[in-house]
Amino acid sequence: MSAPASPADRWREKYEMVVGLEVHVHLKTKTKIFCACSTDFGAPPNANTCPVCLGLPGALPVLNAHAVELAARAAAAIGCTIQPRSVFARKNYFYPDLPKGYQISQFDKPLALDGCIRVGTRDDGTPIEIGVHRVHMEEDAGKSVHDRFAGYSAVDLNRTGVPLVEIVSEPEMRSARQAEAYLVALKQILEYADVSDVNMEEGSLRVDANVSARKHGDGKLGTKTEIKNLNSFSAVVRALDVEFARQCAVLDSGGVIEQQTMLWDDRNGEVRPARSKEGSHDYRYFPEPDLPPLVLDADWIARIARDLPELPEARRERYRASHVGLSAYDIDVLTSSVALGDYFEQVARRSGDPKAAANWVLGEVLATLKNTGQSIDRFSVRPADLGDLLVLVRDGTISNSAAKQIFATMVATGDPPGRIVDREGLRKVTDDAALIAWIDEVVAEHPDEAARLFGGEKRLQGVLVGHVMKKSKGSADPKRVNQLLAERSGT
Amino acid sequence: MAVTLDDVRHIAALARLGLSDDRAHALVGELNGILAHMDVLSKVDTTGVEPLTGIGLSTTPLREDRGPAIPLVHPIETFAPKFEDGFFLVPRLATHEDASDAS
Amino acid sequence: MSRATESLALARRIGAFDRDGLNILLHAADDALRRAERALDERRDRGAALAMDGIPVVVKDNIATTDLPTSCGSNILGGYLSPYDATAVAKLRDAGALIVAKSNMDEFAMGSSNENSAYGPARNPVDPTRVPGGSSGGSAAAVAAGIVPIALGSETGGSVRQPAAFCGVVGVKPTYGRVSRFGLVAFASSLDHIGVFGKTVDDAALGLEVIAGHDPRDATSAPRDVPAYRDAARGALTGVVIGKPKEYFPADLDPRIRERCETALEIMRSLGAEIRDVSLPHTDLAIEVYYIVAPAEASSNLARFDGVRYGLRRDGDGLRGMYEATRSSGFGPEVTRRILLGTYVLSAGYYDAYYRKAQQVRTLIAEDFAKVFASGVHLLFTPTTPTPAFPLGAKSDPYEMYLSDIFTVTANLAGVPAMSLPIGRVGGLPVGGQLLAPHFDERQMLAAAYALERTLGEEAHR
Repeated sequence: MSAPASPADRWREKYEMVVGLEVHVHLKTKTKIFCACSTDFGAPPNANTCPVCLGLPGALPVLNAHAVELAARAAAAIGCTIQPRSVFARKNYFYPDLPKGYQISQFDKPLALDGCIRVGTRDDGTPIEIGVHRVHMEEDAGKSVHDRFAGYSAVDLNRTGVPLVEIVSEPEMRSARQAEAYLVALKQILEYADVSDVNMEEGSLRVDANVSARKHGDGKLGTKTEIKNLNSFSAVVRALDVEFARQCAVLDSGGVIEQQTMLWDDRNGEVRPARSKEGSHDYRYFPEPDLPPLVLDADWIARIARDLPELPEARRERYRASHVGLSAYDIDVLTSSVALGDYFEQVARRSGDPKAAANWVLGEVLATLKNTGQSIDRFSVRPADLGDLLVLVRDGTISNSAAKQIFATMVATGDPPGRIVDREGLRKVTDDAALIAWIDEVVAEHPDEAARLFGGEKRLQGVLVGHVMKKSKGSADPKRVNQLLAERSGT
Repeated sequence: MAVTLDDVRHIAALARLGLSDDRAHALVGELNGILAHMDVLSKVDTTGVEPLTGIGLSTTPLREDRGPAIPLVHPIETFAPKFEDGFFLVPRLATHEDASDAS
Repeated sequence: MSRATESLALARRIGAFDRDGLNILLHAADDALRRAERALDERRDRGAALAMDGIPVVVKDNIATTDLPTSCGSNILGGYLSPYDATAVAKLRDAGALIVAKSNMDEFAMGSSNENSAYGPARNPVDPTRVPGGSSGGSAAAVAAGIVPIALGSETGGSVRQPAAFCGVVGVKPTYGRVSRFGLVAFASSLDHIGVFGKTVDDAALGLEVIAGHDPRDATSAPRDVPAYRDAARGALTGVVIGKPKEYFPADLDPRIRERCETALEIMRSLGAEIRDVSLPHTDLAIEVYYIVAPAEASSNLARFDGVRYGLRRDGDGLRGMYEATRSSGFGPEVTRRILLGTYVLSAGYYDAYYRKAQQVRTLIAEDFAKVFASGVHLLFTPTTPTPAFPLGAKSDPYEMYLSDIFTVTANLAGVPAMSLPIGRVGGLPVGGQLLAPHFDERQMLAAAYALERTLGEEAHR
């Protein structure tokens, strides 16, 4: 099935899209980057504040060690070189959610440089990689609410000072889909590295996109615009196509692209220029005099890289190599989150049957998560219990259909499978006498269907088997029931 | 490098200083007067000299990732010009952009 | 004298100076004093070791105190009551000091005469037609007038030493990072220091001992122990090499000031010191460097005064109008001038030519000191100011005013400790001699000051 037509399609033959992405990520520290206020979400407005993050006269910043650790880990996870010496700088501008009138960030000496993110594989098997230019540390600003008090904007500074890393890509993406792939891969890597919740809805991951257009073969980069207010990966995709199309139309009619900031209007699917009060911004960067440079020794830097948790690509490779007969798609799904892969591995270990574990996780588990809205890290079915369930199937104690039934009960109650089997009498019944007794009852209760089956309508066998399963509350061995019915109907 | 009236208006805007016309005009002369003295620096040979970034400490100290935060002896209400329901209130932003000037 | 009598005398002194119109103090509250006395009693009861037991102290109005306003001599912070104490203030309180008032100052510490205060100029107690110096004019005058023996000030370009010289008291700027800046309202972060005024060298040394030390809340604070500065009050200066930098004794130096300095040098020679001619060749660039770096940092530090969270708020057309109305009515002309200058030198296209260049030349100035101190010189001695206190209104050209910092600014640029002590009078007006030492060698500097003060005796005030 082909994707719906996008506004960019008609221009693709003549023009090339060039995309760079700036991603801001909240680091999951307990306290803020320059003060000891809590970073906890959901506190009453301005409850998590102190003289430092309120920007009171005389207050001074002091750097959070754990923020540095997580920032370095993020940089290492995307293959960047951590700089032994980086410098904080002030980015000066006025806004009500920026208490000091400047943001402490990093400018020409950032924490890390030159990484890359793999977004796919070419036909010849070589990886497609997008370069990461730099990673730097900075503090977040506060939040404003505009509709709560008539005529006023309301400022909450709880978020001011939460540690961020900004990850800036090279302008190497050539389509909206590729940009999406970059974001998916980046989010996954950062999640595996355990540095952030990377949740766009909650605001722990934010994306700004830079896009320009040029004729195919043209070596120079066109003038780019920056798109803000992107609230989801799909918004990124749509916005890039819309803005690319707009730029191509302008260029094609002989016009010139104005470098400006655009805002994505999700409801109407449009980009519009942000009304900027003073032309382009002059942030007057200079080194932060209140913070000496951040100096990291070689051993510390080496340790960060060495102690990285297993990253997605490594995990995928490990699953490929484990000869479990998993398809590339299966592996992609199982590694789509750390928690899902962890769950799968625990089930596999407990049951001793990775193949069955994969089937169940990819099948029943994922379907249940979707239907109940649960997340895998708080799933009501413990992985050990699912593993035990698979053992019961494998050693013949229960039938496959009983297993599905038991699983449903496990989801609802959290009970272990053994207890459910005993409680509901679901041990597989293979005793012919018992099975024949149930078959007889079913034939008596469904005379028309039975008659038609015995008269030669083989497709009714399944229906009758179903009745037997129901009557036996799932404990009948469906294979044997099929055989017995087949015998009776003379097939 | 001479400062013009436009320059003064531009930097006053950057610094959010409302300047009357009289004041702006006067400042052109005042600033140029001061800056004229600074030209002597351009003649100093500073090849290979690092800008002085700090005195004493060669590396920034790090603090542990825990509280408690520095307490406020008087609550925010005692110094905030306009504070309601726990929020600082400011005149409503003209362009309702949740994306602020930068990031 | 009993405690009650002391307090009464103190209150009377404060009242007297209000009536005389010297305008030294901005905020002095009876209940603050009473609360401070109660807190002191509690500390005494607990048996705490109190180095400044009951000593009344005045604090410059740009240092945060929770019980007295901190207005920085500005309308934009009129009445602002800080919800936290500066570290230096907390240390004074812990040592038993009574903070009795906040002192007048040039607005946001920008000035050299205390004429830039939104609350009116302060006057020199020695001659009330003259300035007390700035920006810590009020603190210097409070000690000179006998209101308190010890006061806190702040320095960015000489704002403790210069008023100390003008008022005839001792003023000490420690090494950058020796005293925590947490709670000092920032003017120029890489140049700001909290300093101490004292009636005598010993008073200043006591104050410094109490407020110095590492502070985890200030990332530029030095992680070094504080020596017992008052122990420097011993004996002779045998073996001490004192440099006399020629750039601080220009041909056109006021001959009366030169004479006082030569007398001081002679005294130190007689106490066993060797006086050596030295050179700090980049001194003549110091004012230019200072007046680029300081306003640049100030333009950023003062951006937080925007009417949103504290201080003055004036309505205007929307948010932008509020910012501009607040800041234009809240800041005085000198502050406005420096913010504009600072914004300009940081702005696109000018950063390299001005700010970055100035910081490079600053390195050269700092290296001047390092080279001299590495060559066997222990201390430097210079006049503190090129003139004694000038009359109010005498300096109308801003740049002319800036030049009064010419001998003091270098110590802020290089971060070295420096102090001024009285070495005589000319025309009845106090003259200050300045000592400078290598980083963190305040003891050496104080030792020479103790010796000079002891030997000069009453001559220092004649």
